[in-house]
Amino acid sequence: MAVNTDKNSYTVIFAVGMVIVVGVILAGLFSYTKPMITQNEEIEKQQNILYAMGVNENDESSAVFVSPDVAPDEFEKFVKEQIVITVDASGKVVKTQTREEFMAENNKEPYLIDIKKQKSNAKSGENRQLPLFVGEREGKTYYVAPIYGKGLWDAIWGYIALDENMVVQGAYFDHKGETPGLGANIKQRYFMDDFYGEHLLSEAGVFKGITVAKGNADPKNEDKTDNEVDAIAGATITGDGVTAMIKQDLKLYKPYFDTLKTN
Amino acid sequence: MAKDSRLILDPLTDNNPITIQVLGICSALAITAELEASIVMSISVLFVLGVGNVVVSLMRNIIPSKIRIIVQLIVVATLVIIVDLVLKAFAYELSKTLSVFVGLIITNCIIMGRFEAFALGNGPWKSFLDGIGNALGYGVILIIVGFFRELLGSGTLLGFPVLGDPIEKTGLYAIGYENNGFMLLSPMALIVVGIIIWIQRTKNKALIED
Repeated sequence: MAVNTDKNSYTVIFAVGMVIVVGVILAGLFSYTKPMITQNEEIEKQQNILYAMGVNENDESSAVFVSPDVAPDEFEKFVKEQIVITVDASGKVVKTQTREEFMAENNKEPYLIDIKKQKSNAKSGENRQLPLFVGEREGKTYYVAPIYGKGLWDAIWGYIALDENMVVQGAYFDHKGETPGLGANIKQRYFMDDFYGEHLLSEAGVFKGITVAKGNADPKNEDKTDNEVDAIAGATITGDGVTAMIKQDLKLYKPYFDTLKTN
Repeated sequence: MAKDSRLILDPLTDNNPITIQVLGICSALAITAELEASIVMSISVLFVLGVGNVVVSLMRNIIPSKIRIIVQLIVVATLVIIVDLVLKAFAYELSKTLSVFVGLIITNCIIMGRFEAFALGNGPWKSFLDGIGNALGYGVILIIVGFFRELLGSGTLLGFPVLGDPIEKTGLYAIGYENNGFMLLSPMALIVVGIIIWIQRTKNKALIED
């Protein structure tokens, strides 16, 4: 080639050219795929909520969502109400809105509330919106609450379905980048299923949460009132993250569940 | 033609990227606790290295040597992001499984190593074969390590229990066998790789340095 690739001017021109080409390709592709990605993410949230309340296609050992094609319809069918509880930084309830009231004010579905953003709002002293999805399946009422926290490498989150007494009726966990084979196993059936039937409250009715416990004396998880499930070996920090997000986030829903009882 | 086939076969044995060139060790220990993750990672690297090698090879005469490493890095990163976006839009489930690996692919030193050592000096077809060969050599080791770590660490393969149920005490567990939780921790990946290196050099003395 006639071009002298060692010249400084060539190097600069090449670098600029490459940045422009790569930038255009990536920006174009990003704007082209964005609507599809957003839609996929919304459907995934619906699948997660449905999964927690037991609407799923689980086979014997693996967790299977309802298919993305039917998820929006199923979501409409099973989720009867989406409540938004607004709390101040100390966890005191400011107001409780129904889906219509929330949508009139914010112009979006409550299930699309960004839990991560709400959590950091609370840290900087602002009010926090807590969505709660009330579902009905086979005559039973499920209250599904989202939780969000951090594992070893990155974010972890989940949806917990509760009954009126804050006893877990189903759980779904997911993660962004936990170690495959270790922390990533929080989204395995054997871990999620362990939460079924666990109590969040102590016998006296005080909020205790659920601890992902190492050296648990109850590995088969027969005692449902001990507020403990068995940890995953080699995933201590991810497990601690699960414990922490359950304690911090679900605690805020306790006042709402108290009002359910008095009514 | 005989030389072309060596480009594929050499990295599988006597010039293996992990056991001989000692590249890509970081991802080998990060994701081999499960066989499935090892397989997914191998396929991802196969794609990125195959295509990346061709792209770098096509550009080899116009890349300024002073910034060649940065250019190579941009090629890898762009490829990986394109794949990630396309999967997110059209195969969302698959993209979630792969998202963990995206960062690991960009920083995989085998990819940079092959761009630098091979693609910059050879034509596209040879570079393609070299990329495929090295990715396969990498994949073979990953799958061997993943197989032993998952089998001995969790008693499962691809998630299926093959040794019985450790809690119900069936199968091997009935006679007192226990899973070795140690196998799930990263240092054991290095020890398994070490054992492979040992076996390989015992069988082929020519590989021993000094």
